[in-house]
Amino acid sequence: MEYARLTATALDQETAAWLRRLGGVGLERQAAERELHARLVRIALAEVGRRSASTPVTGPELGDVAHQAAADAMLAILAKLGEFRGESRFITWAYRFVVLEVSAKLGRHYWRDPPVPLDAGQWERLPDRLGIDPQRHAEATAILAEVRRVVDEELTAHQRRVFTAIVVDGIPLDALAARLGLRRNAVYKVIFDARRKIRRALAANGYLDEPGREQR
Amino acid sequence: MSGLERLERFLRTDPRDVGCDEAMAVLHVYVDLVAAGEDAAGRYPGVAAHLRACGPCGADFIGLLLSVSDG
Repeated sequence: MEYARLTATALDQETAAWLRRLGGVGLERQAAERELHARLVRIALAEVGRRSASTPVTGPELGDVAHQAAADAMLAILAKLGEFRGESRFITWAYRFVVLEVSAKLGRHYWRDPPVPLDAGQWERLPDRLGIDPQRHAEATAILAEVRRVVDEELTAHQRRVFTAIVVDGIPLDALAARLGLRRNAVYKVIFDARRKIRRALAANGYLDEPGREQR
Repeated sequence: MSGLERLERFLRTDPRDVGCDEAMAVLHVYVDLVAAGEDAAGRYPGVAAHLRACGPCGADFIGLLLSVSDG
């Protein structure tokens, strides 16, 4: 695991100041917590704004997501302060919590008004979603038909459900993970294995130029 | 890039890809390296491969990089 290669480094001044203030007591600590929370709210609002085009969550609900994400990130940061090992600047470590909270919350909020229901299986919309060139429609139709055959015949039921939801129906990975009660990594692994299986089948049947060799 | 090229690229997997959990565990370290102009991808090739392939983790990487760049 690449994480094992990390080594703690000397703390920069800003990081040392954050740790001193947040680890202190009384007014100094309260001021540090207020400052950090204000920063988390600002980052969360910027993040939901940046992601607004790719989520059905809109309007005031986006602001609510941002404030909830900042509040939850703040709690997590304070609870895990003792785990900070100085491998990065403190503020980068802290902002990671709020960015990941925004992702997770937008995934869960997706299902309040989903543009596509789970298990819709809208294969007819796949060419549009992929931006297939109409002048190459015959080739594209054949390849997509083969993709669908592999999905139907060679993927497991779980792989088929996950691949169809994400690739065919365009459901965000985090939203699917939330709906299925899975971690993002578990869903990604299913998609990773499905991609490899489909690519090998396409290459074996002559639909891809390369003979199924994976990128190195 | 044509739609078929996008499909082919999407189906191509990189065996160095470390997955979401490991990439997110070091995201703060990776982002600080990128922000400092250092060779983050060279130091963590498996993380770089993952961030290229995983939309949600790639979005988190960009979000965190923008956050620390904006102060």
